[in-house]
Amino acid sequence: MSDRPMLEIAALQKRFGETEVLRDINLRVGQGELVFVIGPSGSGKSTMLRCCNRLEEPSGGAIMIDGRNICAGTTRDLNRMRLQVGMVFQGFNLYPHLSVLKNITLAQRKALKRDRAEAEAKAMEMLGRVGLAHKAQAWPAELSGGQQQRVAIARALALDPKVMLFDEPTSALDPELVGSVLKVMKDLRDEGMTMLVVSHEMGFAREAADRVVFMDGGVVVEEGTPEEVFGAPKTERARAFLSRVS
Amino acid sequence: MDLFLDQFFNLDVMARALPFLLQGLWMTAKICAAVILLGLVGGFFLALGCLSPRRWLRWPAVVVTDFFRALPPLVLLIFVYSGLPFAGIQVSPFAAVVIAFFLNNSSYYGEVYRAGIESIPRGQWEAARSTGLTQAQTIGYVILPQAVRNVLPDLLSNTIEVVKLTSLASVVSLGELLYSANMARSLTYNASPIMLAALIYLVLLWPLVRLVSRFQRGLAA
Ligand SMILES: Nc1ncnc2c1ncn2[C@@H]1O[C@H](COP(=O)(O)OP(=O)(O)OP(=O)(O)O)[C@@H](O)[C@H]1O
Ligand SMILES: [Mg+2]
Repeated sequence: MSDRPMLEIAALQKRFGETEVLRDINLRVGQGELVFVIGPSGSGKSTMLRCCNRLEEPSGGAIMIDGRNICAGTTRDLNRMRLQVGMVFQGFNLYPHLSVLKNITLAQRKALKRDRAEAEAKAMEMLGRVGLAHKAQAWPAELSGGQQQRVAIARALALDPKVMLFDEPTSALDPELVGSVLKVMKDLRDEGMTMLVVSHEMGFAREAADRVVFMDGGVVVEEGTPEEVFGAPKTERARAFLSRVS
Repeated sequence: MDLFLDQFFNLDVMARALPFLLQGLWMTAKICAAVILLGLVGGFFLALGCLSPRRWLRWPAVVVTDFFRALPPLVLLIFVYSGLPFAGIQVSPFAAVVIAFFLNNSSYYGEVYRAGIESIPRGQWEAARSTGLTQAQTIGYVILPQAVRNVLPDLLSNTIEVVKLTSLASVVSLGELLYSANMARSLTYNASPIMLAALIYLVLLWPLVRLVSRFQRGLAA
């Protein structure tokens, strides 16, 4: 497709009071690309992701989704923009008082104004994609962590987002459940979803990432293919980080 | 002993007083309905105010909540009924009771709601907002249902307090249950109507009190 990036972060800054968490982030994620973000704790990875749907308000810079600056516009535009950006959290954040099916239909019905039949059909389709169609009537508390995270992915996908953001989607999971979530993400990538993933699953990055970005101290320190970044890191900071985690 | 039964549990007097007391009970029910409904709504908005990031909203909400929780409800009632006329504002006994207890009770419900809303993890807000739900939709469909479930015993306790509170309305001669019982006592020169009123309160509230205890044990388990 076109060269225009689906997600473009330009000169992004974020301060919390006096502390400067993001200094000057520039990042482009092309259509259908999977960009994988690594970096030490506190380097600002989550903050960057959260700026991409304005769960955090950027202090400066611009974020473009499919060519539109999401930092401009009214509250109404903001809610519409958020529909285009799916987000998956470390802690799943399913709604515990709603069934799996209702978790997935809620935003479809209230934000997208889909009617009930359409929303449920879409929810079942997404549940099928993540291999959980048989759990539609279950409560979130009855599911394993891996299943909950796959439902959370289905909930985001049901809104037909243009970009999916993942913030450490497998960090809260027991090791034996990680694979099922990574498989769903891999399938998603193969189907052409644009994805920005913060994770420590280096094996997944080698297998599925188009590019790897190493962040430290609120800036992008190094960027390249998985072979480049993992195989021959150019900067001392990346080398030190990678030797610690692998 | 006979004298005691005759004075406090005189079935004949009770039977004669009963229709009168039932009228009073009806008035009590009307006050409760008004105060509970208004209080649940007012308390909800007070809680939202207290939790607002906007200082000009939060600050007045906190002051109002604290003020009406600190002020004894009887003082408030007498002020509304007998004090406001000095400012040219005259309200009926019923209106005075509803206004005073609404203000008192909104503050208590408000604190309960606030605790409930604060018990919901931030991730729930973030998940909802990230899927394009508005703030109001997030509160209505995601936060409030969970918050209310978490504080159901406290909401119920507070509601029991409201029912008991209505007996104060007798001081402004509003014909609720206690006032009717007291009237019947002075007409019959017999304390049995008071005992009957007490019995009615107990029969109504005991099951609710039990329910609260059950809930609390359920939550602890
Ligand atoms: N709401 C906030 N208020 C103040 N400081 C914050 C806030 N959120 C994050 N920070 C700070 O910003 C910095 C970056 O946090 P962030 O969560 O983005 O890091 P991270 O790279 O995701 O780390 P981790 O790998 O531990 O998740 C940290 O120093 C954190 O303390
Ligand atoms: Mg993080």
